[in-house]
Amino acid sequence: MSDTIVIAELSKGKMSHTTNELVTAANKLGTSCTVIVPCLDSSVATDASKISGVTKVIAAKSDVFASYDAAAWAEAIDTVAPSGTMITSASAQSKDLAARIAARRSISVVQDVISIDGTTLSTPIYSGKAIQNVSINGDAVISVRANIFPPSDNNGNCEMQVIDTTGNVSTAIKEMVQRASQRLDVSEANIIISGGRGMGTPANFSHLEEIADKLGAAVGASRAAVDTWDEIPHSMQVGQTGKTVNPNLYIAVGISGAIQHLAGMRSSKYIVAINKDADAPIFQHADYGIVATWEEALPVLSSSLSSLLG
Amino acid sequence: MNSLGVNIGETVVNIAVLVKQVPDTNSKIQISGDRVDLSTVKMDISPYDEFAVENALQHKESGGGTVTAITVGSAGADKVLKGVKALGVDNIIRLDCDSYMDSNALQSILAQEISSGGYDVVYCGKSAADTGAGSTGPGLAERLGWGSVSNITDITFDGGLTVTSPSEGGNAIISVTLPAVVSCDKGSTKVRKSNVKGIMMAKKAQVDVKAVAAPVSSVSIVSHMMPPAKPAGKKFEGGESAQTVAQLLRDEANII
Ligand SMILES: Cc1cc2nc3c(=O)[nH]c(=O)nc-3n(C[C@H](O)[C@H](O)[C@H](O)COP(=O)(O)OP(=O)(O)OC[C@H]3O[C@@H](n4cnc5c(N)ncnc54)[C@H](O)[C@@H]3O)c2cc1C
Ligand SMILES: Nc1ncnc2c1ncn2[C@@H]1O[C@H](COP(=O)(O)O)[C@@H](O)[C@H]1O
Repeated sequence: MSDTIVIAELSKGKMSHTTNELVTAANKLGTSCTVIVPCLDSSVATDASKISGVTKVIAAKSDVFASYDAAAWAEAIDTVAPSGTMITSASAQSKDLAARIAARRSISVVQDVISIDGTTLSTPIYSGKAIQNVSINGDAVISVRANIFPPSDNNGNCEMQVIDTTGNVSTAIKEMVQRASQRLDVSEANIIISGGRGMGTPANFSHLEEIADKLGAAVGASRAAVDTWDEIPHSMQVGQTGKTVNPNLYIAVGISGAIQHLAGMRSSKYIVAINKDADAPIFQHADYGIVATWEEALPVLSSSLSSLLG
Repeated sequence: MNSLGVNIGETVVNIAVLVKQVPDTNSKIQISGDRVDLSTVKMDISPYDEFAVENALQHKESGGGTVTAITVGSAGADKVLKGVKALGVDNIIRLDCDSYMDSNALQSILAQEISSGGYDVVYCGKSAADTGAGSTGPGLAERLGWGSVSNITDITFDGGLTVTSPSEGGNAIISVTLPAVVSCDKGSTKVRKSNVKGIMMAKKAQVDVKAVAAPVSSVSIVSHMMPPAKPAGKKFEGGESAQTVAQLLRDEANII
């Protein structure tokens, strides 16, 4: 089998734990694994050289990595990456990059891979209502969903090379608008607590925020909540026309579980539902369901978490 | 335009928008044998493509130009083209194709059509409701040697484009020079609805059907299956049970 190439996932300039998961996926596909680290400063790449199962690390150092420009990133990475099947994370930005690099190499891209068996890859289709198994013939670029492959541990020590790269920027960031709250975005969080129309008023989302703070979670919302209340921005919306999330834990509060909402969160590892209607469809997907109003359940959840988390 | 409303040597923008026909998102997906069976499923335009069409039409309205909607698919997809024609799209083109194409094949034929059509900008959906991939916009841009921005939620037209796109920790306001591919998310813009006049006109419109030669796909479908059923969950009555659930999240699920 040929070399597989992992594009390291960085978060706020630091190596993300996701990179370890990508290495596990790479080791299922090929015998050797090169990790490319797109960076401004190559020191961050040493973290990748410690991941078990990595054969070689290439720190691709370039100014273009200061902010995301799809064309420039693809060019800079393509120049240093050997041929072979390439693996990225399935974050919105990495999927975009994966598509660019595949097109640059005139090969195909397979997004959101959730299992690898030889050269057969599985991906959700129709928003997770079905699974498609595909076989790849030759090299491809694949993006892999988070929280599915166990992370490779950090007992490795491999060679690292630094290569200066360049790319041509075609877009320019005029301004960055920071999120109003310091809270995590749903697409970045490992735990999400979302509220729906059943929350009654947008002010009641403060009860979700209180629990989110205890868990280090992001707060999400259903479309009904986003459409009904101006205070709940679209950036919080989970679902088919919102964000697709794949956290370890998703807590749905006052959300009925419409098919379009499920489309965005059904692949969460654990789902907790709090709803006063015992027949709400969300319960069919919940690992733990609580039939109660949120007014009754959230204070109990909050205090239990406080005592459990100390 | 000058103060008299006359164009002074300005070239009108040639705008393309990609639209795809997909199963209505409310529909139930069934498998027969080892393939998805869509024979009884209602088909519709992919939801994000509606935002792409709206942005394309607004682009035209801001400074003149033409909007051409392009789909790759079989004759059944003409319905989607007529639907966007009714909204005000000028031309409708279908690249005739009836079989599965991988991203390489699909983007190759789209790239050919876009280069030969002399377009300045392409709008598409952030991801199609069937694939969920989000590959087509950036992949097409790369093949054309164009810039691209993805998942945009807002757009203003000022010769070039200024778009809002999510980035780590917030939103980036990005200026984009044309030519470029813009993939569209739902944003604050409301999409227009068609009126009776538009629908009548669209009925009579002719779809420009073109034959295509796609490269062989290197990705092939092996099978479809239903997602693995989740083991039945545990259901508790009453608010007090939240304590039990918190305990289970720690002791059984090991996630807190
Ligand atoms: C093309 C399309 C795209 C869509 N995209 C999305 C999407 O991205 N995301 C999305 O979420 N939806 C989406 N929808 C909308 C979706 O169909 C539902 O309308 C929406 O998800 C319902 O939101 P909800 O569950 O908050 O509200 P409801 O369906 O009104 O449910 C409210 C729930 O709260 C419960 N409740 C009420 N009071 C309490 C209380 N005090 N305590 C506990 N529970 C209580 C009720 O029992 C009920 O189950 C889309 C629809 C379409 C047609
Ligand atoms: N067969 C197709 N015909 C026309 N446009 C398409 C087609 N497939 C994808 N697109 C466009 O590309 C977007 C993203 O699709 P995808 O890359 O499959 O997620 C869609 O929302 C459409 O705008």
